[in-house]
Amino acid sequence: MSQVLIEVEHLRKSFGGFRAVDGLSFSVSKGEVLGFLGPNGAGKSTTMKMLTGFLTPSAGRARICGAEISDDLLEVRENIGYLPEGAPAYGDMTPGQFLRFIAQVRGYEKQAANKAIADAVAKTQLQSVLDQPIDTLSKGFKRRVGIAQAILHNPPVLIMDEPTDGLDPNQKFAVRRLITAMAKEKAIIISTHILEEVEAVCTRALIIDQGRIVADGTPAELIARSRYHNAVTLEVATGDADLIRQGLKEIEGAGDISEVAMNAASKRITVFPKDPETLLIDDVAIVSTEKHWPIKSLYAEAGRLDEVFRSLTTSDAGEQGAVS
Amino acid sequence: MKQMIAVLRRELVGYFATPLAYVFIVLFLFSMGAFTFYVGNFYEAGNADLSSFFGFHPWLYLFFIPAISMRLWAEEQKSGTIELLMTLPIPLWSMVTGKFLAAWAFTGLALFLTFPIWLTVNYLGDPDNGVIFASYIGSFFMAGGYLAIGSCLSALTRNQVIAFVLSVVICFLFTVSGLPLVLDFFSSWAPKILVTTIASFSFMTHFEAIMDGVIDLRDIVFFITLISLWLTVNAIVLDQKKAG
Repeated sequence: MSQVLIEVEHLRKSFGGFRAVDGLSFSVSKGEVLGFLGPNGAGKSTTMKMLTGFLTPSAGRARICGAEISDDLLEVRENIGYLPEGAPAYGDMTPGQFLRFIAQVRGYEKQAANKAIADAVAKTQLQSVLDQPIDTLSKGFKRRVGIAQAILHNPPVLIMDEPTDGLDPNQKFAVRRLITAMAKEKAIIISTHILEEVEAVCTRALIIDQGRIVADGTPAELIARSRYHNAVTLEVATGDADLIRQGLKEIEGAGDISEVAMNAASKRITVFPKDPETLLIDDVAIVSTEKHWPIKSLYAEAGRLDEVFRSLTTSDAGEQGAVS
Repeated sequence: MKQMIAVLRRELVGYFATPLAYVFIVLFLFSMGAFTFYVGNFYEAGNADLSSFFGFHPWLYLFFIPAISMRLWAEEQKSGTIELLMTLPIPLWSMVTGKFLAAWAFTGLALFLTFPIWLTVNYLGDPDNGVIFASYIGSFFMAGGYLAIGSCLSALTRNQVIAFVLSVVICFLFTVSGLPLVLDFFSSWAPKILVTTIASFSFMTHFEAIMDGVIDLRDIVFFITLISLWLTVNAIVLDQKKAG
């Protein structure tokens, strides 16, 4: 049985009449990377702010490494590394000065501080900008300064609000690799808008909407909820589409069929299984071979996380549009 | 304690990281000189003392101190670093005291740099240096009082301009509450005890007592109590923000 480091029970936060977080319960064990997914305003950041003690919950409780956030906040904070949304840092300081300040606050003696800073700098690749004021750094470096600050004391619990926001693809890859590398020793929560990130780093994901958990599972489980799970897509010439669609309908277990024109010459036809657990790919392949359909490509869909996300969340129409 | 020193040092480094601190000190010294020599008629008075210098301190602090204190918490809230600071394992009182002491030390430095005026008066005449020393101490404590007010009000808002204006107004009330202008307004109808209470809150009353060369413990206690009270309220304001 793995060690549970974060326990949250019925956590709730209201601002005036508005319920930002409405009774969240979950736990995170050592070795897990939990992803918070949800539209803007779903309550992801508010939940993180409560766990780190920046906001006081209206109701409910949470324990970090066994310490209650309601009565032992300083101990809780000792055990957490936190990257707040937007990675705020003192702009007039250099990353070197800033990390030294964090090390001092965290109670490191000079020698130990040097080592901790060097470690965090190496992991986040900040060597080249250590002596430049943070204000003058690019978004990617600022974010990495924030991450370095959070991991400096090698905390058992790491909470990061959009750790890869504003990074270029290479930097995103580096940060994800860093998170994965640390995952074994820690309980990690990250929030993200980027669905592929969930598949890349998270061992489990919560989809949060209007302050409630609407889905909880491994990325694979969430993807399996997609309509596209086990569907088969064929890319065919436009002229052959009607014939092929007819043929697909006759396959046992086939349900809906959708058709998307890719360009003037070709179409993409997707056949969905009636029962999500039916594997259609074999049957489709056999039929297509038997009937000598001229097919450009044929593949089974694993499922689409963005589609699951859209079907489960409702709170912000603009955000849903952006995700597709 | 360690954390308080870390906060204090960070804050002090912050002052000198930008030209702001240097601009402030130059302007402060310039104004001090201008008021002492031109408005206070330091030479014409012909007295070997610094009363024309210290007399202006409350009025200059009224604008200079809020300019220092306005950024203490407002800037943290504006830039979001407050979330970073408040989620580090630092006791609230350490943050409040650390920041306050940094601002106070900075003010102390500015005040210390007025020493040429002390050299001048010693060169020109034979002043009572005990009185001057006492006045410096008094001025320093008074500056602490203004700073504590400013720090607390800075926690109320994320806008530095609002923090500045609020601080000037509240500091003004604490400055003038001992002047006849204010007391006459109350004395016609209010009970005497209320009038003396209002007067006793005046920075001027306490500072002028010290300027006479007598460091009465009560005057120092007044400023220390006032600083503690405002810093306590400061911490309460910050704590309340957690409720959202």
